[in-house]
Amino acid sequence: MPEVINLPLSEKIITELKAGDNVLLNGVIYVARDAAHKRIIEALEKGQPLPFDLKGQTIYYMGPAPAKPGTVIGSAGPTSSYRMDVYAPRLMAVGLKGMIGKGQRTPSVLDAMKKYRAVYFAAIGGTGALLSKSIKKAEVIAYEELGAEAVRKLEVANFPVTVINDIYGGDLYQQGKAQYKIIS
Amino acid sequence: MRDIDAKEVTNTVTRLFLEANYYLPDDVLEALKKAGDTEESPAGKEVLAQLVKNVDIAAKDQIALCQDCGAAVVFLELGQEVHVVGGDLTNAINEGVRVAYEKGYLRKSMVKQPFSARANTKDNTPAIIYTEIVPGDKLKITAVPKGGGAENMSRLVMLTPSAGRQGIIDNVLKIVDEAGSNPCPPIIVGVGIGGTAEKTMMLAKKSLLRKVGEHNADPEVADLEKELLEKVNKLGIGPMGYGGRTTALAVNIEVFPAHIAGMPLAINLNCHSARHKEAVI
Repeated sequence: MPEVINLPLSEKIITELKAGDNVLLNGVIYVARDAAHKRIIEALEKGQPLPFDLKGQTIYYMGPAPAKPGTVIGSAGPTSSYRMDVYAPRLMAVGLKGMIGKGQRTPSVLDAMKKYRAVYFAAIGGTGALLSKSIKKAEVIAYEELGAEAVRKLEVANFPVTVINDIYGGDLYQQGKAQYKIIS
Repeated sequence: MRDIDAKEVTNTVTRLFLEANYYLPDDVLEALKKAGDTEESPAGKEVLAQLVKNVDIAAKDQIALCQDCGAAVVFLELGQEVHVVGGDLTNAINEGVRVAYEKGYLRKSMVKQPFSARANTKDNTPAIIYTEIVPGDKLKITAVPKGGGAENMSRLVMLTPSAGRQGIIDNVLKIVDEAGSNPCPPIIVGVGIGGTAEKTMMLAKKSLLRKVGEHNADPEVADLEKELLEKVNKLGIGPMGYGGRTTALAVNIEVFPAHIAGMPLAINLNCHSARHKEAVI
């Protein structure tokens, strides 16, 4: 059984997580993707208030489909993380501890993760219908005009993710590929 | 001439985008299940099982397979004996998209001015429409919700004649390897060879509409497809990039004659959620 984690991520948990671990997240995560990141960074630069306190928090790179009546959220799987790479180190510098997305990150992000002790998880891309079942509450808390790109606060229960990059330089994408690559 | 009402076009486009977003084509689903049986990597096997589970939930609950409900790409094969009446064909298609994305609780992902304000058009229009005039009195419509993650990994390489067959192989492998986990593997690799820059990109995109497991009718091209699929699956990327033998479900190649100076190569990738749906009016 995968390990169950209660959010926010504690220093102890961060220390224990290793690339390749499957874990179930419980608690609050915040949703932000391209347009929201751009605004958060602008707010940081100008010293304006942020939509939420980043300290210790986890951001999910996601833009959901609309919720059908009687449901919490529509399809809600991860988007490619590399597009947030220009912003992520700045957010880690002010306390961001977890990122959930999919796809490989650039070296500057991996360096920042080691420096600021943050973890990168992946959810399975293209399983938005399935992942929506682990989201128990969803609320737009900022930049509503961005529609699917607005900042949301989610409450998740047993939300399945895999550790891609840990604070020790472990990288599941590299390790997995090295293990299964056939040189012919 | 045969009259086709623009309203019928609208209704058909709506139905196709709804169905494409809720139900994965049978051939793709079968290929995912088969890959789940043969995949050696435990992590890869688990990913494939989750993908199949997701397909079941989307169909049962009638919700989008993926929150990225795509840009609305539409291929038309318009019979030259067809006369569209009661409205403008382009408007009819856009209206079909508008209704599907609103009624179907599908994500609207199009922004108007890509390089500045990036304001969402709020109805997923405009559709991206390609029309081919063909003999006959029918209209074939293919709806392709194309996700942004895989589309961003597209590449055009203006190879020159000396690159030859090996040049194609080297470039396809390099591009798929660099894309890694981003296009949501297992992917379908669409390849266009020949024509001009824009023609070969179209070939690559259209090749993605082929059923998984079907090969190009030209045996020389089919051989190249088989060789490339085998080589792509030796890269080790695996399902979602977690490592494994299933990086691609298919490599589909379409070829067109080229200028004596060139050998354009286009790559257009599809994620495992290889959605498309067609109808003939």
